[in-house]
Amino acid sequence: MFLITWIRTLGRYWLMLSRTFRKPENWNEYKKAFFRDLDHLGVDSLGIVAVISIFVGAVVTIQTNYNLQDPLIPDYYVALAVRESIILEFSPTIVSLILAGKVGSNIASTLGSMRVSEQIDALEVMGVNPHAYLIMPKVVALVLFNPILIIISMFLGVIGGYLAAYFGIFSTQDFITGLQLEFNAYYVSYALIKTVVFAFLITSISAFYGFFVKGGAIEVGVNATKAVVSSSVAIIVANYVLTQILLV
Amino acid sequence: MIEVRDIQKKFGDTTVLKGITTSFRQGVTSLIIGESGAGKTVFLKSLVGLHGIDQGEIFYDDRQLGKMNEDEQKALRTEMGMVFQGNALFDSLNIEENVIFALNMFSEMSAAEKKERADFCLERVNLKGVNNRKPAELSGGMKKRVAIARAIALNPKYLFCDEPNSGLDPRTAILIDNLLQEITHEFNITTVINTHDMNSVVEIGEHIIFIKDGAKAWEGGGDEILHTDNKAVTEFVFSSELFRKIREKS
Repeated sequence: MFLITWIRTLGRYWLMLSRTFRKPENWNEYKKAFFRDLDHLGVDSLGIVAVISIFVGAVVTIQTNYNLQDPLIPDYYVALAVRESIILEFSPTIVSLILAGKVGSNIASTLGSMRVSEQIDALEVMGVNPHAYLIMPKVVALVLFNPILIIISMFLGVIGGYLAAYFGIFSTQDFITGLQLEFNAYYVSYALIKTVVFAFLITSISAFYGFFVKGGAIEVGVNATKAVVSSSVAIIVANYVLTQILLV
Repeated sequence: MIEVRDIQKKFGDTTVLKGITTSFRQGVTSLIIGESGAGKTVFLKSLVGLHGIDQGEIFYDDRQLGKMNEDEQKALRTEMGMVFQGNALFDSLNIEENVIFALNMFSEMSAAEKKERADFCLERVNLKGVNNRKPAELSGGMKKRVAIARAIALNPKYLFCDEPNSGLDPRTAILIDNLLQEITHEFNITTVINTHDMNSVVEIGEHIIFIKDGAKAWEGGGDEILHTDNKAVTEFVFSSELFRKIREKS
């Protein structure tokens, strides 16, 4: 029974996607919606991403330093470990999980409210494809902006680590040396590929749960929660699959 | 003209519309009346294609809705205007943007022409100076009028209204009713209105369809309904003391 429900849900998700990526009725209006979503969902997330990145960068540095307290391990290895943790996992995955909560619930509740207040029906009666008009700009905005957000997160995470070193753990010179040690640029590409996939999953899954709400305010809340849980699970699973494909 | 032939709609095992056949003429205000849960909204949503039907045919001036491809349906919908029960105004847009939304999507008008059209439509529904306000800042009656302005912005051939005066005080409700009838005559629109408000029936009902348990139980003119002997209709129409007195006097 669970399997049938799951397959049916997956089918409806694919149908939604097939209706989403269609030719817009008017490029200008879609462009306006794109920039509105870019600002609302992307740029507005900068603050929370910045704060979290700086503090997590600092904490990772302190914890790594604590765990690598060994006279045989030079201090600069701490910075190397921090850099790899931030680039490979913290910025692309953890920040995406945070965005799944912030952006995912926003998308699901906005679309859900539009559904229960018949605004989606109004679009349809006007001859506008509501899937394309409401979902496509959000997906494109986040797929394009999240990599920028993640690069900023990586940079600020490292700055956080530097600040932790500066405030007394070990020499900042060692930290900078460690940051430059055995740098592999492919790791950044890997992180950005993951980010793009995660951004697509967050927007499309959240939109799916919001777009098909049935009922009223309670169901909007329930579906917003489902959207966050499902996109978080999808991110975790996709993270494993992508890591297996791209790094092994 | 809209022609409906023997339409049937099911939700699971429940048949909500049971073979309704009727037609709606151009320039005439047609009212669909019936108790709550009789199937009026499903009927209206089936007419505009928001609900697919399980049986029957719907023709818009000889164009069959069920046989249209996606592009033809989109083209037909630009000829439709709809006023929803809860107004369905876009919260994120201001009043003017709401009114010209369809114009932005489908017309080649310049910004000045669109602004002129928005002003005309808002003036037509007796609203001035609200262009830059958000829907949340307006009263229920004003929102309803904005919804009507939006529905007529693209010069529709067909206008559909789902309970246009529900939740409004009697005076505003009559204003909305009269406005809809004036617009129907002025622009020669095929107007279909869902209502369970008997004031609307008396005020603007030119062609009335009574739906009971998903089936058409009666059809006739505004004058005829006050004198009909159809038991289902009389039970519904004259359920209030006021209308029983009106009937006795007429």
